[in-house]
Amino acid sequence: MDEVVKKYTTRKEFFKQYKKKSRLQETWNRFLRNKMAVIGLFIFIFIVLVAITAPIIANYDTEAIKINVPNRLKAPSTEHIFGTDEMGRDIMARIVHGARISLVVGFASVALALFIGGALGAIAGYYGGKIDDVIMRCMDVFLCLPDVLLALAIVAAFGTNLVNMTIAIGLSFTPKFSRVVRSAVMTVRGIEYVEAARAIGSTNTHIITNHVLINCFGPIVVQVTLYVASAILTISALSFIGLGIQAPIPEWGNMLASGRAYMRDHAYIVMAPGLAIFVTILSLNLLGDGLRDALDPRLK
Amino acid sequence: MFKFIVRRLLAMIPVILAVTFVVFTIMYFTPGDPTNTILGNEWTEDASAKLKTELGLDQSFLVQFFNYTKNLIQGDFGMSYITRAPVSEQLLARFPNTLKVVAGAMLFCVGLGVPIGVFSGVKPYSLFSNFTMVVGLLGVSLPIFWLGLLLILLFSVQLGWLPSSGIDGFASLILPSVALGANYMANIMRTTRSSMLEVIRQDYIRTAKAKGVNARNVVLNHALQNAMMPTVTVIGMNIGALLGGVVLTETVFSIPGTGRLLVEAINKRDTPTVLGCLVIMAVCVAVSNLVVDIVYAYMDPRIKAQYGGGKG
Repeated sequence: MDEVVKKYTTRKEFFKQYKKKSRLQETWNRFLRNKMAVIGLFIFIFIVLVAITAPIIANYDTEAIKINVPNRLKAPSTEHIFGTDEMGRDIMARIVHGARISLVVGFASVALALFIGGALGAIAGYYGGKIDDVIMRCMDVFLCLPDVLLALAIVAAFGTNLVNMTIAIGLSFTPKFSRVVRSAVMTVRGIEYVEAARAIGSTNTHIITNHVLINCFGPIVVQVTLYVASAILTISALSFIGLGIQAPIPEWGNMLASGRAYMRDHAYIVMAPGLAIFVTILSLNLLGDGLRDALDPRLK
Repeated sequence: MFKFIVRRLLAMIPVILAVTFVVFTIMYFTPGDPTNTILGNEWTEDASAKLKTELGLDQSFLVQFFNYTKNLIQGDFGMSYITRAPVSEQLLARFPNTLKVVAGAMLFCVGLGVPIGVFSGVKPYSLFSNFTMVVGLLGVSLPIFWLGLLLILLFSVQLGWLPSSGIDGFASLILPSVALGANYMANIMRTTRSSMLEVIRQDYIRTAKAKGVNARNVVLNHALQNAMMPTVTVIGMNIGALLGGVVLTETVFSIPGTGRLLVEAINKRDTPTVLGCLVIMAVCVAVSNLVVDIVYAYMDPRIKAQYGGGKG
């Protein structure tokens, strides 16, 4: 025993080797071991940085918006990496500024869906019984409409602008989040610390927000990542069919839609915007899958 | 089994009614006066009021909804504001095209996704399996509309093998089906692979192998049936997404289907047509969910046993 103690100068150091790593630390380590997930994370960070620094990379008014007819349909070159579009605007500049819209609307709509759907799901999962039945049957009705169509209906009714798009996509994702949060809450609900909290007289609201939801964090984060990807896809899809972000504003989907007419002779015009959507979604999918595996190693 | 089907059929009715209600409510709150759309330059206050009475637009929300559903049950989707023809006529003309594309996509994604998933699940670390995993990963992230454009560029512009638009004949269906189905094929493939992986490790598979059942039989008769359950769920969940995606596919390939009709109607503010399209699509989703449930029940002996003593 003496020898062992001697090896370590202090007691603290001795016990350090037995100290369990925190769960977060363990999860993070598992995540880092997953190469694809780390690649996804890096790509996504890169996209976010591009979106933040967009005004530095290219001027919005002069490069992304201003029509410059003599410059139209120039193939990719050192001056214009991705070429210029049918109105002579630099495609790179438009893509970089388009990233801002996609990311902002993507995250805002998922936040909205998480807020409403999460609240409904938490209530349904926590109380169970009749309340659960009523809420979930309502959500099922919304699930009967594919989310693109639900978003379409809302946009059709209230008009196409950024705020309406965000609300439309957010509402169309709400039922999905309510299901995710509900099932997460139901697994946590029966655990002893929730009962303990109830025993010491905590209110239901307090238990839901401070004990239950905190411990459902993992699966929710995974779903948020994956749904941001589908939200971004939905934005560009709506814009592609002309019911999303409207023309002069650069958005990946409407860039594809306007470039379509010229793609037979200028194929590059549809390459960059499509690639931008594809890479963004791929990175989020990689990230989401990686997080899921890291949070629940059994699933692998 | 019959009891099960009847029960599910009855459960579908309130769902469809509720969806109709939701869609109707959304469209009811559309700002603007529909009589403006219909009358255009001939708009006068009197004409507008007269038309409103004629169309029943002056009645309260609930009465309007009640009338709409009443007509709907008889197959009457109302009159289009633009063409003044019954919406049902247009739906009947357009819907078969949508059905063709969706069926093509289903065929493509199930017909290719399941076998590839099974193969790569049986031999999980082979080159083929790794390759399919990469393809699957890329496939789930591909936007339908971009893939559609790329397919047109390659197969109709460059190679000139397949038509890029319209719908006549089998050849014109290939590209839209692939574009629409690619995402879901990747999804189905990944699901089949992972459930196959799980099943193939289980004891009863080892037992079967130990008894001397040949490898082919083990996979097809023992493993596949259990491994298919999650795949069937994924297929079922994807039918809705396919119907959503059809709007994009029809736009890319200029196919005159329900999706295209919906977009056109939204642009022209033709509310009855929009409603009709959405209701039809929702009914499709509900029906296909029902079909998936029935298939599921056939495959899962536990559900079968619940209704009618094992054989049902």
